[in-house]
Amino acid sequence: MEAINSGDTAWILMSSALVMLMTPGLALFYGGMVRRKNVLGVLMQCFAMLCVMTLHWVLIGYSLAFAPGNAFIGSLQWFALKGVGLAPNPDYAATIPHQAFMIFQGMFAIITPALIIGAFAERMKFSAFLVFSLLWATFIYDPVCHMVWAVGGYIRDMGALDFAGGTVVHINAGIAALATALVIGRRQGYEDKPTPLHNIPTTVLGAALLWFGWFGFNGGSALGAGAIATNAFVTTHVAAAAAGLSWALLEWFKSGKPTMFGMVTGAVAGLVAITPAAGFVNIIGAIAIGLLVSVLCFFAVGILKPKFGYDDSLDAFGVHGIGGIWGALATGLFATTAVNSGGADGLFYGDPSLLIVQLKAVGITLVYSFVGTLVIYKVVDMIMGVRVAPEEENMGLDLTQHHERAYTVLD
Amino acid sequence: MKLVTAIIQPHKLDSVKEELYAVNVNLITVSEVLGHGQQKGVDEFYRGAKETGNLLRKVRLDIAVNEDYVEPTIKAIVKGAKTGKIGDGKIFVTELQRCVRIRTEEEGTQAIG
Repeated sequence: MEAINSGDTAWILMSSALVMLMTPGLALFYGGMVRRKNVLGVLMQCFAMLCVMTLHWVLIGYSLAFAPGNAFIGSLQWFALKGVGLAPNPDYAATIPHQAFMIFQGMFAIITPALIIGAFAERMKFSAFLVFSLLWATFIYDPVCHMVWAVGGYIRDMGALDFAGGTVVHINAGIAALATALVIGRRQGYEDKPTPLHNIPTTVLGAALLWFGWFGFNGGSALGAGAIATNAFVTTHVAAAAAGLSWALLEWFKSGKPTMFGMVTGAVAGLVAITPAAGFVNIIGAIAIGLLVSVLCFFAVGILKPKFGYDDSLDAFGVHGIGGIWGALATGLFATTAVNSGGADGLFYGDPSLLIVQLKAVGITLVYSFVGTLVIYKVVDMIMGVRVAPEEENMGLDLTQHHERAYTVLD
Repeated sequence: MKLVTAIIQPHKLDSVKEELYAVNVNLITVSEVLGHGQQKGVDEFYRGAKETGNLLRKVRLDIAVNEDYVEPTIKAIVKGAKTGKIGDGKIFVTELQRCVRIRTEEEGTQAIG
């Protein structure tokens, strides 16, 4: 049995707590962006993922994602954490208890389906949302996680690099978001104009919590408390800073003034983009990834979306999908073994092969998640109907789905 | 001169505004109000405790118009706000005694337009 390292264990447990905080952070980030009659609807959907996905993960999710199986999905050998004990599992993390690795990964499984909420915000039935999310976790998240990270996984064996979940979390959720936005349709009454954000300070608070939590998301993905964790911590911070600044500058040039909403959107896009690269790139790579992700996402959100007319309401695809794809490809450009000998050299360090592998990994994830999400959506829609009735949409999800309202007017 | 006061569904504000602009009624005051008519409000629950018949959010429009504009204004509001279901709201028309534009101190029909 390998020895448990107390420093590594402390950092992974702390990181797990940081990643846990990202889901309520995301809830606030999204909650500020919707109209005030739907804020509880969005907070509730995100918070419900904390409850529902945790149980899914410890019962079957962790086993389907990481237990020995075939190249595409794990077995149910670790059902209800059978055999997942306090001794390390050297296949994944040799210096921390296996359960520490399990709970750290569990936090990723919680936030990923929560990210998709941005695409269908303000119009999905809560009951249908729960069923959709459980099916999505089982048939999309767990297999993609297995393919990318598990021993013997198809994409992992191709040699693709995904440090902290650019493919598993962000591309996966981002393309699923596009699929759901396409099938659920636009929100009523906002066919040709943006919906008003009801509380931007809430969104800023959410973005700040996401940034804070992301130190655990990326730093913790080193699965130890050493050099690689430090590199990931620093590159994460730098990329977020560069991206927040570049989004604001873009707005300044394009529409005359930089906005608060733009700066936090850029920062989150930067965090997304650095995720797959954090442990493989240096500071120059992190700055380039951050500066450029805002350009790409700005284009996706401001030009692509209106042109094609889909209502990805809170830009889950525009930020996480596009930012994730850029991050995965940028890893193929900027990765260097000078930072991490366990990684690889990217195009700018003399080896074009990694970029090809990254492209393939992105392609497989995009196709699998997009098609799979459409199938799951259609099944849930046939069984119970996914979208709320038009009158309920007008009245808002808070009152119609939860019999609750967020803000009083008189008292 | 008349004062047209309308209580409408919040999500109908944009379409009502468009209809009003179409008949050249551009000067409106909008406020957020609470109320209910036949809808009888909605029940809410807080930690299991039920609050019955809570008031619903509505939007109130106040529009001062000259006589010629009364009918077009009413028609525009109905056109923009009507869904045919309970909760669509009401329009009240009252006599307007006096109207002063603060900037110029103009009075009456001059001040309204």
